[in-house]
Amino acid sequence: MARPKLPFEFLVALRFLREGRMQTALILLGVTGGVAVIVFLSQLISQLQATIIDRVLGSQAHVVMRPLEEANQRALNDPASIAVIEPRAQRLRSIDQWEAMVKLAEAQPRVVAVSPVVSGPAFALRGRASKSVALMGVDADRYRRIVKMDGYMTRGTFHVEGTNAIIGIELAKDLGVTVGDKVFVRAAGGRDELLQITGLFDIGNKDLNRRWVFTTMKLAQSLLDLPGGVSNIDITVTDIFDAQDVSERLQAGSGLTVDSWMTTNSQLLAALRNQTVSNNLIRSFVIVIVALGISSVLVVSVVQKQKEIGILRAMGTSSNRIMGIFLLQGGLVGFTGALAGVGLAWGLLQFFSSVYRTGDGAPLFQPQLDTGIALSAALIALVVGVLAALIPARRAAKMDPVQAIRA
Amino acid sequence: MTAIVSLRGLRKSYGVGTPVETEVLHGIDIELAEGEFCALIGPSGSGKSTLLNLIGLLERPTSGDLAIAGSETAGLKEQALTVLRGRHIGFVFQFHHLLPAFTALENVMMPSIIEQGVATADAEAISRDLLLRVGLKGHEHKKANQLSGGQQQRVAIARALSRSPRLILADEPTGNLDTHTADDIFALLREFNRERGSACLIVTHDPRLAARCDRRIELVDGRVAHVSSA
Repeated sequence: MARPKLPFEFLVALRFLREGRMQTALILLGVTGGVAVIVFLSQLISQLQATIIDRVLGSQAHVVMRPLEEANQRALNDPASIAVIEPRAQRLRSIDQWEAMVKLAEAQPRVVAVSPVVSGPAFALRGRASKSVALMGVDADRYRRIVKMDGYMTRGTFHVEGTNAIIGIELAKDLGVTVGDKVFVRAAGGRDELLQITGLFDIGNKDLNRRWVFTTMKLAQSLLDLPGGVSNIDITVTDIFDAQDVSERLQAGSGLTVDSWMTTNSQLLAALRNQTVSNNLIRSFVIVIVALGISSVLVVSVVQKQKEIGILRAMGTSSNRIMGIFLLQGGLVGFTGALAGVGLAWGLLQFFSSVYRTGDGAPLFQPQLDTGIALSAALIALVVGVLAALIPARRAAKMDPVQAIRA
Repeated sequence: MTAIVSLRGLRKSYGVGTPVETEVLHGIDIELAEGEFCALIGPSGSGKSTLLNLIGLLERPTSGDLAIAGSETAGLKEQALTVLRGRHIGFVFQFHHLLPAFTALENVMMPSIIEQGVATADAEAISRDLLLRVGLKGHEHKKANQLSGGQQQRVAIARALSRSPRLILADEPTGNLDTHTADDIFALLREFNRERGSACLIVTHDPRLAARCDRRIELVDGRVAHVSSA
């Protein structure tokens, strides 16, 4: 056996832990379980949330600017007169000064992409089939930064020019057409055009696959009778949770109606928040329980090691170093438990991702472990271990060496 | 001759400020010379162990002066006392008090590990040599509780000597050993005292052993009752 290499505090802390086999094993098990639960839950929930958000925002702009709705004004603003005001039917209108609005949006901090869109209702006709569709006149280069169309294309590329059109796979099936075929489109106002299909997309949403027909802005403008105008401006922001903030600032700056995905999906957002809150609650309780476990084991250990503490003091160990030995024990237990816990969480993720699958057989979540989550859990366990050891360590440090030796 | 320990009017009370306040040492004046081999005798409850703990800086006196190796201890902080204790004093307790989680060799090295922060090669060499000297060659890597009582006390003596302290305080070092083993242990202490010049203050109940010391200090009821030289 070689001479011990570790510094004094480590050496003694490790020996003390090794000596208290059963206690050490039990508390390590506790920390491991706690860390595993925290890591597993955090990983699972963050992945599920990311998937849900991804699905929702996969075909939606983070922020959308629209013209204000038209409202009737009372000519006589006399409270004594009785008036019945009928809400006006909203016709398709262009955003006033939309070029200026695009510039305004682009100038905002945290805005990544801005894309003006000319959209309105139309019918796609072929033979005796007639399908109601949404015309989407876009600048392809701008729009692909709002909705990642490139990733959804099943045939052709996301590029529009002239009388070319890109339609969804469901619409193609309904009309019995494919790339290279032509389809006749008639807008609500009666204008029509024969479009050449150059691409098919699958957004993962049947409704949108059936409705969206992408053309150039110019073509959509003429079909929808919005010469030179756009019906809405789509915006992408850096962090999806900044969307509300950005939309409020844009609303104030532009005077238009501005909605973020967070308001249009407020129920989803509330559900996600509830999930996060309950996750945090579980995490906090687990941390507290783990801390209490470490603390109580070390309190017992201090009592059991009284004599050793007294001997070490008599041999010239300061009370601060005695304290260090017990803090170190807490830290070691926390850290080792964290490593084992991360390992266990990884195992759980592997297991459950192979057990739980979506309808089409794909895993419900990915078995990968996020390094950030693992590292922060390990760090928290380390800190909690040291903090939990604080009370027992202070007790050990305060112990009177003479009493301790006599005990 | 310089004094390694010097006590003047040392008093110790327990329960100070409470109704059960009791003074156990009533003004002790003792000087212990460098290299002196001295027995501290007296009946149970006479305050021998308390006096030893005070000299060992494990407890603080209620009043009076206590100097170790020329350093007055009255004004020193806890930390400074710890350093002084580590540097100059080695303890041998009645029940040896080895650290059960460590081997014999590690126990002997411990005072040095405490001072240096890690186990050095020097400390290992010194400790191995000491174990050889106390007759424990081959037992270096046994855990403390795998050794017999006499062996454990030998380890404790080796440990007390490992940093060549100028003062060894032994509280009934042979108290729980049979006569033969007790003689061996005592002889060992005496041998190291002669060879290395470490002063020894030995609390003992055994008049035979006390008679073999340079000087005997007898405590009765917390006072020095009698001092005799060999």
